Order: sequence, then C-alpha cells, then structure tokens
Amino acid sequence: MRRAFLIAVPYVWLLALFMVPFFIVLKISLSDTALAIPPYTPTLDLSQGWAGIKEFFSQLDLENFVWLTEDDLYWKAYLSSVKIALISTVLTLIVGYPIAYGMARAPEEWRPTLMMLVILPFWTSFLIRVYAWMGILSEGGYLNQLLLWTGIISTPLTILNTNTAVYIGIVYTYLPFMILPIYSALERMDGSLIEAAEDLGCSRVQAFWLVTIPLSRPGIIAGCFLVMIPVIGEFVIPSLLGGSGTLMIGKVLWEEFFSNRDWPVASAVAVVLLLILIIPIVLFQRNQQKQTEAEQ
Amino acid sequence: MNRLSWFNTVSLTLGFAFLYIPMIILIIFSFNESKLVTVWAGFSTKWYGELVQNEAFLDAAWVTVRVAVFSSTLATVLGTAAAYVLVRGGRFFGRTLFSGMIYAPLVMPEVITGLSLLLLFIGIGLDRGILTIVLAHTTFSMCFVSVVVSSRLVTFDQSLEEAALDLGCSSAQAFRLVTLPIIAPAVISGWLLAFTLSLDDLVIASFTSGPSATTLPIKIFSAVRLGVSPEINALSTIMIAVVTVGVVTASLVTKRAMMRQRQDEMAAERAE
Repeated sequence: MRRAFLIAVPYVWLLALFMVPFFIVLKISLSDTALAIPPYTPTLDLSQGWAGIKEFFSQLDLENFVWLTEDDLYWKAYLSSVKIALISTVLTLIVGYPIAYGMARAPEEWRPTLMMLVILPFWTSFLIRVYAWMGILSEGGYLNQLLLWTGIISTPLTILNTNTAVYIGIVYTYLPFMILPIYSALERMDGSLIEAAEDLGCSRVQAFWLVTIPLSRPGIIAGCFLVMIPVIGEFVIPSLLGGSGTLMIGKVLWEEFFSNRDWPVASAVAVVLLLILIIPIVLFQRNQQKQTEAEQ
Repeated sequence: MNRLSWFNTVSLTLGFAFLYIPMIILIIFSFNESKLVTVWAGFSTKWYGELVQNEAFLDAAWVTVRVAVFSSTLATVLGTAAAYVLVRGGRFFGRTLFSGMIYAPLVMPEVITGLSLLLLFIGIGLDRGILTIVLAHTTFSMCFVSVVVSSRLVTFDQSLEEAALDLGCSSAQAFRLVTLPIIAPAVISGWLLAFTLSLDDLVIASFTSGPSATTLPIKIFSAVRLGVSPEINALSTIMIAVVTVGVVTASLVTKRAMMRQRQDEMAAERAE
C-alpha cells in the first residue's frame, strides 16, 4: 500500500505535468490560428456530446506542418540548429576532454577541489555566464582591447552577434556537462591498465588512444548527449550572442509564440523539434540505463 | 602513476582560466565608476547603491526566491520518492515510461517544456503567476533531484536496511533511521540543485509567468538585451558571491558528514 503510494505520487505528477502537456501541444499544432482567447480553433465543446467531439476532430488538420515545409525559414532553422549543435559538441569535447583527463590524473587530494572548481560555474546563473561574454566579445570589448593593445590586430574584430560568438558561448556554458561524465569514467579507470599497455610496448600516445579513450567511451557518449540535445533547442545563447544571421529553432519558436502570437505554428515547430530529438533522447536514456545497471 | 605531465598541467591551467576569467572580469567591472562597462574609470561601489534602490529588481528577486524555495522543496520530496521507486521499487507496471519521464526532462529543450506547460495551464484555466511557475519548476527539477539521489542509492549497502528490518524496525522506521541519514547528503545536494535551477531559469519562467509575477532572470534578460550595463554586473557579482558561499559551505558540510560516517564505520569494524 505504501509502495503503491510512493510510486503513484511522482508518477501521476509527471504524467499530468510532463506527458499530458505534450498531447496538448500536439493537438494545438493541428488546430488553426484564430483571433480569440485562446488564439486557436477548434476548442473542445463537451456540452454538445458526441457531435461536439466529432466536430472537434474533423477540424484538426496538418495545415501547420505543410506551412513549415513551404516556408524555408523553418527547415533552414532546423538544419542550422543541428549543425551548430554538432559542431559545438565536438568543440566542447575537444576542450573538455583534456581538462577531465588532467583532473583524473591529478593527485587524489586535489581532486575534490578541482571537481568543485568545475561544478561552481555550473551552479552560477546560466544567463550571467552568457552575459559575461557580451562584454568580452563586443566591438569595444575586453578581447578586442587586448588584441589591439598587443598589436595582433589593427582594427577591432566583429565577434559578438556572429555564429563564432554562439560557439564560444555554448562551449563555455556547457563545458561542465562534458567534463563531469568523462571525468567520472576516467577516474574509475584502473591505472595499471596503462602500465600494462606500456610494458607491452605501447608508446604513451598509443596507450592513450588504445586504452584510455575506449575505456572513457561511456563518459564521452553521455557528455556528448548532454551537450548536443539541449543545444539544438537553445534559446538564450543565440538571442544574446548570435546575430540576425544566427538561425536556431529555439529562437524561432520563441518569436513565433511571443512576437507573432501564432500558437498553432509554435506548437507545430515544437512537435517537429521533438521528433528530431526523440532519437538522441532515447539513445541517451539507453546509455544511462546501461550504466546504472552496470553500477548496480 | 598519478603524476601530472606538462600536457595535463597546461590543459588544467588553460581550462580553468577559460572557465573563470570571464566571471572575474565581470566582477572587476562591477566596481567600475564609468557607465561604459568596458572602459575602466576608477573604483566605485555606486552601482550596488543603485541596485539596492531599484524596486523592480528587488520585487523580482523576492518572487524568484519564493518560487525557488517552494519548488525545490516539493521537487526534493517528489524526486527522492521517484529515485527510491526506481532503485528499490522492483518491477511495476509502466516502469520504462516512468524512468523515461525522469530522464527526458534532463535534456528536453526548455522552449518545449515551457510551451507545453503554458498550454496546459491555459487549457485548465489556471491563472499564470507564482503558482504556475512553482508547478513548472518542480516538474523539471524533481528529475534532477531523482538522478542525484538514485546515484547515491545504487552505491549504498542494502544489507544495512535488511539488518534494521531484522532487528525489528518497520520499513518506515528503517527508512527514517537508516536510509535517510545515509542518503541525506545526496538529498541536500539535490535540494540545492533544484533551488539553483529554479533561481536560474529564464525560458520556462517566461512561458509560465504572468504579468503579476516577474522573476529576476526575466528582468535581467530584458535589461541585457539592450547591452551590457554596470548595474547588471553588480547584480551578477552578488549572485556569484551567494552561489560561491553556498556551494563551498555545502561541500564542506557534506565532506564533514562523510568523514564522520567513515569514522563510524571504522569504529564499528573495530568493535567487531
């Protein structure tokens, strides 16, 4: 009895506030825009009984999805979001792996401190961390001041409001998500395996590629998913650091909803985004479950 | 074997420089006299003074703190229950769906979560305000709490619970007297995580808040869109300071708790 209660409360909560809302989004994506409150039609009218329900379903159609394919803004935004997410995941991996590796090789008594230094920015407001780069990357910003002062460049670079700034922002804010899973995989690794590889004639670099990298694979996979999936729908970074040329679907959805007040199209954008994300989300969940079971 | 090569040293140094220099610059320039954030014009604390008098920011901060306290507490209760069910609950109907609903929000784009919750609240005729933000924040942060707590539960020696049951505890007593004290550090860090996630959230709060309840991130975002400002730097510095003190204190407290636990275990071994 107690067990049933313990299961039911979080289960019902998630069903009501996570699952049901998706079906509502799906329904509204099949509706039409209307000048009303709420701004879409049809709305379900149960007072008319079965006829009302039939009427309701007959008015749903795929018009908004057709619209998404006709206006090339949308599919360009999807493609460019996926591209930005893939590139920035690779960049984050390149920046994050050496840090995680260094942490795992550090003396044991340093590790908790290093760990805290990685986690600390993660606890600090995301918005503030993105904002910090606005002052650095702007035309008169600190980076340009430094580069001009050292004489590396003679005219200020335009970085803010370009895709470069978006990449920097993503790598910076998502770095802890990459470092932590890789670090936890590397830390568990048995150091004698490397020694064995070296004894058997591997060079240090070979041992790294043949032993360390394969053994840290679960961490790499988890880190890449944790960065890539949320970045595809990212809104804050492209809207603060990106420019008018930065096309990302999270921003398009936001504008469709808040500026154009076109709820059905915003919902259709969300449904398609979700369909794109389902594959990586399922793969991520499999990976996590496998790891949890391996630990148990 | 645990010797840092030059490569390790360089990557750690550069990595931490990359993580920290932007925030250090932000903090330094919050004490800048000039309104132009990027040009140093002498030391001043005047932006902090202006911040304290800014009613709009103070109101928003108060709303944010209240939302964070309520939602993180609720999320901790629900998330701990969910973790316990996932790790100890055995098989039950719809377990895969349940674990899917726990992991999916961790990576779900915030725009989708926000939009779907807003449409739900409108569908059931709930007025948007503090309550709706609390419901929204609880939903996504309970999943984070659940992941943190379940990672502690899987490493935890189940025979301790069994011993308590053998010695005559009811299952509720065993949970309260044995399980809870052991997973307490994870529950506390889960609460802290939920709290900061709620403090931090812009996108979901923008969708689910009404005109009556504006949170601090929403205020900051609309100010920041117009460009850098020293007042925002001052506000950011205060928030960074609060988080740093909180995280350092929490980690010291958990470290001490873990050391005490280890001492207890060692004493118990010696007693045998």
